Amino acid sequence: MSQTASQSNRLAQGGQVDRTQTLTFTFNGRSYTGHPGDTLASALLANGVDLVNRSFKYSRPRGIVAAGAEEPNAVVQLGATEATQVPNVRATQQALYDGLVACSTNGWPDAQRDIMRWVGKLGSPFMPPGFYYKTFMAPASMWMTYEKYIRKTAGLGRSPTQPDPDIYDHMHRHCDLLVVGAGPAGLSAALAAARAGARVILADEQETMGGSLLDTRETLDDQPAAQWLKTTLAALAEHDNVTLLPRTTAHGYHDHHFVTLHERRTEHLGDSAPSQDGHRQARSRLHRVRAGQVILATGAHERPLVYANNDVPGNLLAGAVSTYIRRYVVVPGQKLVLSTSNDHAYRAALDWQEAGREVAAIVDARPAPQGDLVTQAKAAGIRVITGSAVIEAKGAQRVSAARVAAIDVDTFTVTGKVETLECDTIASSGGYSPVIHLASHTGARPVWSDDIIGFVPTTVAGVTATGGAHGVYPLGEVLADGVEAGVNAATALGFDATVNDADLPHVEPRHEGPACALFQVPHEKTTLRAPKQFVDLQNDVTAGAIEVATLEGFESIEHVKRYTAMGFGTDQGKLGNINGMAVAARCLGQSIPETGTTVFRPNYTPVTFGAVVGRHCRELFDPERYTPMQAWHVAQGAEFEDVGQWKRPWYYPRKRTDGGIESMAEAVARECRAVREGVGILDASTLGKIDIQGADAREFLGRIYTNKWQKLAPGRVRYGLMCGDDGMVMDDGTTSCLAENHFLMTTTTGNAAPVLEWLELWHQTEWPELEVYFNSVTDHWATMTVTGPEARKLLTDLTDIDLDREAFKFMDWREGHVAGVPARVFRISFTGELAFEINVQAHYAMHVWEALFAHGDKYNLTPYGTETMHVLRAEKGFIIVGQDTDGSVTPEDLGMHWAIGYDKPFPWVGKRALTRSDTRREGRKHLVGLKPKDASVVLEEGAPIVFDPKHAIPMPMAGHVTSSYYSPTLESGFALAVVKGGHQRMGESVYLPMADGRVHEAEIVGTQFVDPKGERQHV
Amino acid sequence: MSNSVHVYDARADHATVTAESPLAYSFQRSGMPAPGEEGRAVVSERAFLGHLILRGGAIVLDEALREVLGIGLPGRPNSLTVDADGQRSVQWLSPDEWLLIVPGDEIFGLETRLRAHLGGSHVAIVDVSAGQTLIELSGEAAHEVLMKSTVYDVDPHAFTVGKGVTTLFAKTNVILRRPDEARWELIVRRSFADYVYRWLLDAGEEYGIGVARESRHEPQ
Amino acid sequence: MFHIYCPYCEELREEEEFHPKGQAHIARPEEPDACSDEEWGDYLFFRDNPRGIHHEMWLHAVGCRKFFNITRNTVSYEILETYRMGEQPTVGAEHLAREEKTASVQAAEGGQQTVGASDAALASVKGAQA
Ligand SMILES: [Zn+2]
Repeated sequence: MSQTASQSNRLAQGGQVDRTQTLTFTFNGRSYTGHPGDTLASALLANGVDLVNRSFKYSRPRGIVAAGAEEPNAVVQLGATEATQVPNVRATQQALYDGLVACSTNGWPDAQRDIMRWVGKLGSPFMPPGFYYKTFMAPASMWMTYEKYIRKTAGLGRSPTQPDPDIYDHMHRHCDLLVVGAGPAGLSAALAAARAGARVILADEQETMGGSLLDTRETLDDQPAAQWLKTTLAALAEHDNVTLLPRTTAHGYHDHHFVTLHERRTEHLGDSAPSQDGHRQARSRLHRVRAGQVILATGAHERPLVYANNDVPGNLLAGAVSTYIRRYVVVPGQKLVLSTSNDHAYRAALDWQEAGREVAAIVDARPAPQGDLVTQAKAAGIRVITGSAVIEAKGAQRVSAARVAAIDVDTFTVTGKVETLECDTIASSGGYSPVIHLASHTGARPVWSDDIIGFVPTTVAGVTATGGAHGVYPLGEVLADGVEAGVNAATALGFDATVNDADLPHVEPRHEGPACALFQVPHEKTTLRAPKQFVDLQNDVTAGAIEVATLEGFESIEHVKRYTAMGFGTDQGKLGNINGMAVAARCLGQSIPETGTTVFRPNYTPVTFGAVVGRHCRELFDPERYTPMQAWHVAQGAEFEDVGQWKRPWYYPRKRTDGGIESMAEAVARECRAVREGVGILDASTLGKIDIQGADAREFLGRIYTNKWQKLAPGRVRYGLMCGDDGMVMDDGTTSCLAENHFLMTTTTGNAAPVLEWLELWHQTEWPELEVYFNSVTDHWATMTVTGPEARKLLTDLTDIDLDREAFKFMDWREGHVAGVPARVFRISFTGELAFEINVQAHYAMHVWEALFAHGDKYNLTPYGTETMHVLRAEKGFIIVGQDTDGSVTPEDLGMHWAIGYDKPFPWVGKRALTRSDTRREGRKHLVGLKPKDASVVLEEGAPIVFDPKHAIPMPMAGHVTSSYYSPTLESGFALAVVKGGHQRMGESVYLPMADGRVHEAEIVGTQFVDPKGERQHV
Repeated sequence: MSNSVHVYDARADHATVTAESPLAYSFQRSGMPAPGEEGRAVVSERAFLGHLILRGGAIVLDEALREVLGIGLPGRPNSLTVDADGQRSVQWLSPDEWLLIVPGDEIFGLETRLRAHLGGSHVAIVDVSAGQTLIELSGEAAHEVLMKSTVYDVDPHAFTVGKGVTTLFAKTNVILRRPDEARWELIVRRSFADYVYRWLLDAGEEYGIGVARESRHEPQ
Repeated sequence: MFHIYCPYCEELREEEEFHPKGQAHIARPEEPDACSDEEWGDYLFFRDNPRGIHHEMWLHAVGCRKFFNITRNTVSYEILETYRMGEQPTVGAEHLAREEKTASVQAAEGGQQTVGASDAALASVKGAQA
């Protein structure tokens, strides 16, 4: 297939594409060719593809309008395979590569027409603004149903249904100066600051740096712009304090000069990221940049004129026409009409004619245009129609003619006869809008400038807009503005920088006449009766819709925006916002600055989720914390439970005699019996451990715990309860007195870090005079709990510590050796059985653990997991903070008066709150035990409790179940619960109505189900 | 020395007791890919060092440390002092907190001597040797691997030799420091070590990251 | 994402290293038992939520683990000073009034959705919150 034949709009020479290589790509199932250097958009235009999408709301045919980020129509679905699908890619920003597969974003093409017809029947055939609200909000219950269909027809692309084969990452960057945009202003600024010694990052969203220099007609130092560009980029590359980031969009400007950049690293290379030197590389990367100063050199977007049928394919921005011709050597048509309000757009007609195609006319809204480009156009023999505009495009699938008439801009009227000019392309220009999006993200308010007929950004301290973004357009002035911005930024950063005019290239000044403020073009008919005049092409918002909105009373531009959907979606109002405001201003009879502009928010252009997520996915989604015995647990086939970030063995299913694997209930029953009848072992290394040293350590403990610590002797251990100053339980655990001024506190697994922070908070902010230090030793010590009637026998074989019940009492700790390893052993129990908690340095944990098992065979030593631990502790009525408490439970509510030091001298944390009226009131919920009347029932945790199951709905709630298990020891279900006035209701029945209609009955009992006298742990 | 604090030599005899470093499980599970020939990014664990946390006033601790170890506390926040043969270091962690790292078998003797010097001063000394490990990262791309991992500025011009900070690493915390031109050191909590290891291998993949059994830059 | 100067680490660090801890300078009553329920409730639960200058306590959680204070403009998010625990702020509400008069650049109007709205509208919003 001959490429020239297929690329009928491609010129034979010039431009910045590499004709020596041909790339093949597919769009909507058809195969085309293009060249390296093309974007998907330029290649489509080269191949004469007019229709790239159907519109969002009206399903009208749409073609390519722009050449950059502001493109509203050519938003495509990319991807050769299901796994590599990428929605919402702008064809104008997608570099062409061999094998590229794209299709129109409307992912539901066959059914679309049917659905839209269905929507049309329900609503009104012409879908006025507020249509969705008006049509679908009643009945409200149906909205979810409607929404599903509306979304499908709304043409927002689709996400892949298979896992993404690519990887993504983040990079944290720090610099003195971030320059956004590598056009003439950005390049000049970056170089000036780099020369002064600043660390500079220069980011540009395009495939190639250069911005407007890539298609300008002007020369620098009498050389083509490309020459200066090459020299400048080389100079920047030589500085090792400069980082150049092409294909990188600054999409969000956050607090304190924190800017996020999205770098597309391999999107130009293929469907999926190719590997480099055999290593996978990230498809795209999110740079999180902290800058000292930021220069916004983001240029300006051209505004289209708003005239009737301005959405028919073949209507383009004037600047885009120039870009396609000069950079991509593609002429997107045969015969051009240019409609303009300014001189600059004349370039399009000159470029068109120089490309050998016909210019029907330049239609200029100004009565007497007079600038250098106007003169050039006239000299080239181009017909210039003044005081006029294209008021309407003709054609359905492609422009066939332009209706041109004299207009009066001030009175918004057509004043002359309509002339119809045959053409297939209409280029329009209503002036330029500085790209103020990033400045707007900082919250700075843009201000209207009559001089440039646009909003220019104001900026917060440390941010400078320069060049086009600053409303400066002539090339020579842009370069100077950029240098000044760079020098000022460097100076503000403390570098020695000065402007040297000699460094500036010479640019021949060009005389441009003043532009006129034309936005919506008048039509012979009123706006509401004329053919649709589109303001926002992506969201199908017309001038008529905005007029209707104002007629319906929407006067704030933010309300107009939301009512019409103008500037929504991926578009963010790049082309349409100013025109929309102008229309609203006209309808409201006020000026644009009085009307205001809407706030732009991140993201400037869409950012793929992959880049947002980076490496924080799959097995690296969140840290997994392991104890030193993790390898053993895995080898034993343990099932794991997440406790915070820890992986804890949940239970250890074994092979049954019939060859199957135990269920959780079977495994837990076996593990429970082992502990109650023999000996079990738990990996308790995850418990928080805090080393507390200092002369005032004991005093501090007395203030932070509810109970007393004055008399705890070295060698002894005590249970402690911790409250907030609101009197609510926040943590519990044991604390051991290691020496007079030395304690070891344990916390619950999940609260290790919060409790340490809590201790520091009180020490640093309230009691800095106390001599005490806290340090986490959670990871330093591994903890294994050996528990059960046989625990002493097992341990005796392995330790030099005297385990005699009198020598080593319950709530004592001793130091010695276990399996040859120095160990602290604590005689504390969370199961109610005889128990020893062995602490050894984590390095030796596996050694000790395996030694215990090597000797434990004869006692049938059984490892148990967190589920068994829960059953055993609940049988004893031991609480789990966060499960049996929820931040609204006092120690008294728990029935733990024994752990409250009412008469301690210092007003300890939580004490005062225990006498507040709310904590003293009747009817607080108390922790109690529940015994289901039917022993086979295991109540649901969280199940609501009522006193009267016959009460009409809604029933008054009396509490809820906090912990519930089946007890193999009791051969019954049992539960802990909080019940209103529960401590006074022992023996009464409560009821638990379930969702399935059953109502369980349970008896309120004490919380200790097994060994209520606590004898077993003392054996 | 007062017996108001329980000073405890919990180190076992490594000749008779099998010790496992915090990364032992990770090496077994995730493997130890060999570094690429260029060695652009190389990870190694320096296991079983002695890690001691010192809390207290700078003046009294500095004095004791000079006396006992011959090096003083770093004077500035976020800085690190390394002794002449590179085996012992002290790092500022907070205005009243320093991290001392020494060869593993020196730790108990050091604590004992420090306490003897400090007498009844208001200080705390805590052995955390088994609670954390030191991971070394070297190679020309080391700082790029770190740029992917930490919010702190690791540009070698900004993060100069002798600097050390506690900061974020992916979704966990590390102590990050630069003892010399060639090496970065990450001090990682034991329970997070596997996560950090897997993260490093993943983030360093594009640079051909690999694992060396021993530090490639044995301190002279 | 704030950039916060830690007065203990003596350098600017990323917000992710810090935890906000609410209003600063809330002292625990010396004698809790002498407080009425209302006074104790005020200490426990009631906090200011000003539009403008606010003194806040933060923790350098991933760093030196020290608590310190920040004076912050809740409108512009500008951090005007940070200072150590036990020290007093040097910037108060009067600072903002001075700033607004002299600033050549209009700072962000947080919470103000429409920019370019009439000054009267702005004034009414400010008045409502003053
Ligand atoms: Zn700090």
